[in-house]
Amino acid sequence: MDKRIKVIVAKLGLDGHDRGAKVIARALKDAGMEVVYTGLRQTPQQIVKTAIQEDADVIGVSILSGAHLELVPQIVEAMRNAGLNDVGLVVGGVIPPEDISKLKSMGVDEVFLPGTGLKEIIAKVSSVAGKKRGIKVEQ
Amino acid sequence: MPERKEVSRLNNELLKKALSGDELAISKVLTNIEYTTSDGLKYLQELTKLSGKAHTIGVTGIPGAGKSTLLSDLIETYVSKGFRVGVIMIDPSSPISMGSFMGNRIRMQDKTLLSNVFIRSTASRGHLGGFSSEALMLMEAMDGLGFDRILVETVGAGQTDTDVMSSVHSVVVLTIPGAGDEIQALKAGIMEIGDIYVVNKADRPEADMVYDAVRFAVESGEMSWRDGWKPLVLKVSALKKVGIGELVDALEIHSEFLKKKGLFETRVNSRRRKMIELILRRKVNEVVTRVLESNSAYISEMLVKGELATLIDSLYSSVKDEL
Ligand SMILES: Nc1nc2c(ncn2[C@@H]2O[C@H](COP(=O)(O)OP(=O)(O)O)[C@@H](O)[C@H]2O)c(=O)[nH]1
Ligand SMILES: [Mg+2]
Repeated sequence: MDKRIKVIVAKLGLDGHDRGAKVIARALKDAGMEVVYTGLRQTPQQIVKTAIQEDADVIGVSILSGAHLELVPQIVEAMRNAGLNDVGLVVGGVIPPEDISKLKSMGVDEVFLPGTGLKEIIAKVSSVAGKKRGIKVEQ
Repeated sequence: MPERKEVSRLNNELLKKALSGDELAISKVLTNIEYTTSDGLKYLQELTKLSGKAHTIGVTGIPGAGKSTLLSDLIETYVSKGFRVGVIMIDPSSPISMGSFMGNRIRMQDKTLLSNVFIRSTASRGHLGGFSSEALMLMEAMDGLGFDRILVETVGAGQTDTDVMSSVHSVVVLTIPGAGDEIQALKAGIMEIGDIYVVNKADRPEADMVYDAVRFAVESGEMSWRDGWKPLVLKVSALKKVGIGELVDALEIHSEFLKKKGLFETRVNSRRRKMIELILRRKVNEVVTRVLESNSAYISEMLVKGELATLIDSLYSSVKDEL
């Protein structure tokens, strides 16, 4: 049986709702991925521990609070400490365009701003899984 | 299957690390086993030599009954008693996209950072020929890796549920007030597999009625007894954490009952037989799928000609050749 892409979708930080994250999680499911949805108010440590236990190929975090420059580096560091060097990390949410390159230089593979189409998100998550984990997926 | 960088490198170091408790190593071992890679089957073989000690507990019931919330409470209680807890949560795969949305962790994220707990979500992948072999293999592996209590959540429907529930030591069936059909389902035998019936959401006033109905069904012999065990009926509020201690006690009593009767080991053995059966069915099914795909044009042609019997004979021969 072919390996299916396994993705963690988590809401990082303290902001309140998760409609957007759920829409993305469902879209990834409809694209054939196995999506572990963790819900609201996750800490970087919880997200990384979840990724370890689930053997996730990609971690997707949604953050709306504006605390990305503070919280995302904590995920990157926790991933590094845990040895998750081959796990993809994508970040979506309200992020000022000038922060995109900062996040990418920290080690984030893709950044999705509000309004990014679901098709694009699916394609990029697949390609991150391919690049990091060597999983081939025909779309 | 496509080669994966990590997985394809055979590595007994990995199994050693997993046995020493390294979570990433455990996780990689489980993935290899889930996908029955050649390394995975070797790991499974080694772990099966070590397994047979864990008390395996299945929790089933309709969506929304509170299974994940209850699992979260059980994790807490077992960890506080000093046990190592493995958790397997099975969600259905979509027959169309083959993807899966696995949301059970929402109810137990505050347990993630506890040490001594390992939580794994797995998709049922039934239509892919997976049957529920994955869940049984994960159970066997966690047992061999030294987890003392293994909790398995499945949605109470379909073949996966039946296979999994017939392979654990103790089956906990959840029922809730307000699900009128639930009692009908219990009576119709759809869910008469429970060793322990839990009326959850006992914080709601209608719970007493459901409790009485289930009690009556057990007392009047409508609910079957498995191997001479009279099912217990308990009221619980998973949300308010009421009645959890009693449930854990009931599970211990059931486990002792099985051990005394020599059934604890019997169930491990029948679980292994079931696991082997399902792995084989999955492998055969993969061959059937391949033969159907590669003969697609031939099938159309023969259907047009009306040669159904010849078609089936010839496809069956191809399947046997491939095997
Ligand atoms: N009132 C009440 N609600 C509960 C109880 N247990 C679970 N729930 C709620 O029921 C819903 C479904 O719970 P969940 O554990 O996800 O159910 P599952 O689908 O069976 O795993 C959630 O909103 C829970 O908070 C309970 O004991 N009392
Ligand atoms: Mg659940």
